[in-house]
Amino acid sequence: MSTTTPASPTEAVVTDAGGRATQPRRARFRLSGWTRLLWPAVALALILLFNFIRTPNFFQLDVVNGQLRGYVITILDLGTPVMLLALGMTLVIATGGIDLSVGAVMAITGAVASVLIVRPPDSALSAVNLGGSMTAIFAFSLGIALLCGLWNGVLVALVGIQPIIATLILMVSGRGVAQLITAGQIVNPRDPSFAFLAGGTLFMLPFTITLVAAMALIALVLTRGTALGLFLESVGNNPRASRYSGVNARLVKLLAYVFSGFCAGLAGLIATADIMAADANNTGLYLELDAILAVSIGGTALTGGRFSLAGSLIGALVIQSLTTTLLAQDVQREVDLMIKAGVVIVVCLLQSETFRARLVRAVRRTPA
Amino acid sequence: MLHLLRPRRGRPAAGVRGCAPDDRAMGLTAPARGAAAPPNGAAPPFLAATSGNAGGAVTPHVAPPRWRTRALPLCFRPRSGTLAAVATMTDPNDPTPPLLSARGITKAFPGVRALDGVDFDLRAGEIHALMGENGAGKSTLIKVLTGVYRRDAGQVTLDGSNINPRSPQHAQQLGISTVYQEVNLVPALSVAENIYLGRQPSLLGKIRWRKMYALAEAALARLDQYIDVTRPLDSYSIAIQQMVSIARALDVQARVLILDEPTSSLDAHEVQQLFAVIRRLAGTGLGIVFVTHFMDQVYELSHQITVLRNGKLVGSYPTQKLPRLELIARMMGRDLAQVEAMQHEHAAPPQRLESRPLLEASGVGKRGSVKPFDLSVRKGEVVGLAGLLGSGRTEMLRLLFGIDRRDSGTISIDGQPAPLRKPRQAIDRGLGFCPEDRKVAGIVPDLSIRENIILVMQAKRGWLRKIPRRKQEQLADQYIRALNIATPDAEKSIRLLSGGNQQKAILARWLAARPGLLILDEPTRGIDVGAKFEIARLMDSLCKEGMAILFVSSELEEVVRSCHRVAVLRDRQKVGELSGGEISEHRIMDVIAAAPEATGAADGAPAGAATGAPAGAGRGDGGASAGGAA
Repeated sequence: MSTTTPASPTEAVVTDAGGRATQPRRARFRLSGWTRLLWPAVALALILLFNFIRTPNFFQLDVVNGQLRGYVITILDLGTPVMLLALGMTLVIATGGIDLSVGAVMAITGAVASVLIVRPPDSALSAVNLGGSMTAIFAFSLGIALLCGLWNGVLVALVGIQPIIATLILMVSGRGVAQLITAGQIVNPRDPSFAFLAGGTLFMLPFTITLVAAMALIALVLTRGTALGLFLESVGNNPRASRYSGVNARLVKLLAYVFSGFCAGLAGLIATADIMAADANNTGLYLELDAILAVSIGGTALTGGRFSLAGSLIGALVIQSLTTTLLAQDVQREVDLMIKAGVVIVVCLLQSETFRARLVRAVRRTPA
Repeated sequence: MLHLLRPRRGRPAAGVRGCAPDDRAMGLTAPARGAAAPPNGAAPPFLAATSGNAGGAVTPHVAPPRWRTRALPLCFRPRSGTLAAVATMTDPNDPTPPLLSARGITKAFPGVRALDGVDFDLRAGEIHALMGENGAGKSTLIKVLTGVYRRDAGQVTLDGSNINPRSPQHAQQLGISTVYQEVNLVPALSVAENIYLGRQPSLLGKIRWRKMYALAEAALARLDQYIDVTRPLDSYSIAIQQMVSIARALDVQARVLILDEPTSSLDAHEVQQLFAVIRRLAGTGLGIVFVTHFMDQVYELSHQITVLRNGKLVGSYPTQKLPRLELIARMMGRDLAQVEAMQHEHAAPPQRLESRPLLEASGVGKRGSVKPFDLSVRKGEVVGLAGLLGSGRTEMLRLLFGIDRRDSGTISIDGQPAPLRKPRQAIDRGLGFCPEDRKVAGIVPDLSIRENIILVMQAKRGWLRKIPRRKQEQLADQYIRALNIATPDAEKSIRLLSGGNQQKAILARWLAARPGLLILDEPTRGIDVGAKFEIARLMDSLCKEGMAILFVSSELEEVVRSCHRVAVLRDRQKVGELSGGEISEHRIMDVIAAAPEATGAADGAPAGAATGAPAGAGRGDGGASAGGAA
């Protein structure tokens, strides 16, 4: 605390030693916010650098059928489901919670949309007829996703169940719900506007990238344009102090889970459109873990508090670019996972201030 | 108290009584009657022990347990001086080495120095009360002595040899047994199984039930308990269960018995039963350490009182030489003589005092937390709550702010009834609350000073109506300047500030929300003198502006200086109220120290706090919480 000047109770005006009135200075930008992005960005940069050296044509971009193509675009495109999930997961984790159900919510939403398009006879949703209007179908599916989020939110915020258990309920039962909706079949929705979700082109880029950008913007406005971000961080960082300060923790948590549900729904639509099949068992399988990992790599502590949406997006890209890199290097699938695990451990350790300090000490102690 | 009439083992011969004057000359005065008279009202138990052994006047017991052959000579040896006094009366100045001696015990937890160079001596046959407010270090000291914690520094000797208990089991092997506050037994198992759990007598892997029952009966007989040891534990009362846990603790070669709040769940009769057992055990030469909140029990039972405060030793005194008032003063860290001599600086009477109270609480209470109390605060008035730590001050504030839900009474604000079921409702009705534990319940550590300051204001507006960033910065700067918060930048994390500056930022958070009544729970704890002074000055100017303040401080001086009215608490009950010129440290301590009956008469408060009245649940000892908080 070198900055603390001894408080002088007798003086009404705050002056420093020189007698000048001190004005609290303001930093030009929030340093703390940017340094948090440093380590995930370094990790991403290192992976890209590796590719620059080892993978031929990694940064090459071609225009095919009016769309940019290349490794980089592929990474962005394939990374969209996890990026979307990570956006929602960030808010949930900021409150000190976790949402394990996002993979299952993806499956449910994909199933709902597919069934509404194909209308197979023995589905649980065969009573719903939206007349083939794609807008209505999207709205209905995403509405279901919102409901899933609301369910989680109610269990956590109102009933008071621990987040990991509360969302585990939907994680496990959600796939059953999806099975009911598809009547145990793999439904193949053949609809051009549905297919556009995953395969469409906008601004010469895959449509998914625009979608993620839009969602990121919405998340940013939602959290930083309102006081929601402050409340999320305050509830996650010190729930007791927040309660004593009158912050409505229930509402804040509810909103976070609802938003996470919505993001998962969108990711589910993309994933389903990508393979043109609603597979209740496999859509979004284990993606909740990737999303948590992305948030974690992005520098948001799993204990809650300060969060970074940009960090989580970078985290998702780290995961995806690692996968793509290993594929490009023709690494065996079995080895691939182990390398991934190793990289993740290193990135997470580098995030830790304590670990970095220890590392520096250890390096210094070792005689050259 | 039938057993008093029964012939007791080691009952002192007339000769013992005869030597009492010599004891007095040695400074070993028998405790005055009524204060800590030994059960048979004859002589201090340690004399009883020695004479019992020397004279061999041992009435046969049901089954002489193993321990006696070991325990008695051990407690007998170190007290050779006393023995000399009894038998040959040579060299009365020979200091008796204590049975258990701790020197310079230090134990630190991250951020807290729970014990700082504490000395503690326990003599054989002595009942030694360990006193102090919550957080004084009593529990930590006990945990160090019993091996729950390893000490950081210092030395413990038992019977002259250094010991270093590694675990409660190890301490028990060494001869230090502990009975904890909660009964740590298995309710569904039989009494005998509970006593011998984990060390059942066995032969070739089979439990020797009959032997176990016999041993259990013998162990309980030592405590004058004759019960069916084959019945499940939960078929007996809490008092008997407590006896069983003592029997379990004592069944090894115990020389020291530590009782941590043994009476908190017992009724008056059961307390007497327990005391009889404690006296009896002390009579056999055991050294007994006794921790309790109940002042009356201390004076009834103990021979010696050791007072701790903030992890430091205040002193150790023979019970009859330490009047209640003196004890209270020492626990609060004041010197009574100094207090009496002091000229009091009083708060100026409130300037614009309205007759109608801003907040009025009547009969507000919660079971297990605070007994129903009345309290009113008017605009422009500073009302203080005084009492020992753990006397229920914080609990009272929590009820008023809606953190805990009251289960009786009504609160009205500005004449309107207020439900106050959660803090949000209290905030909406114009209340503000600076909690006692700044780090745990006050600051949001990772957020910036600006965000911490605007938090309440923003919470009142709701999440959709964000305070514009520029306005936030203005507010933050304004309060940083007004309260003299030492920081270069409002964007710094609040956890980087010093304690005093954090406290000022929390105050700023509330001032920005413009409350009508500000509740300040220990706002000056752990901050430097300058910041303390600034906060006192701030309180003064706020109440001149018409704000009402409810103020809690452990520093009586501050309470006396700042408050227009003071409510005094003891044992989770409001026991009196002082106002204007009546307010002085001495008067406050008087009210705290007064015997329950006396205050009951004086203040018309229910005199329900008779000896051993069951205390509320949730009274954790501060020593543990000091460690846990870190």
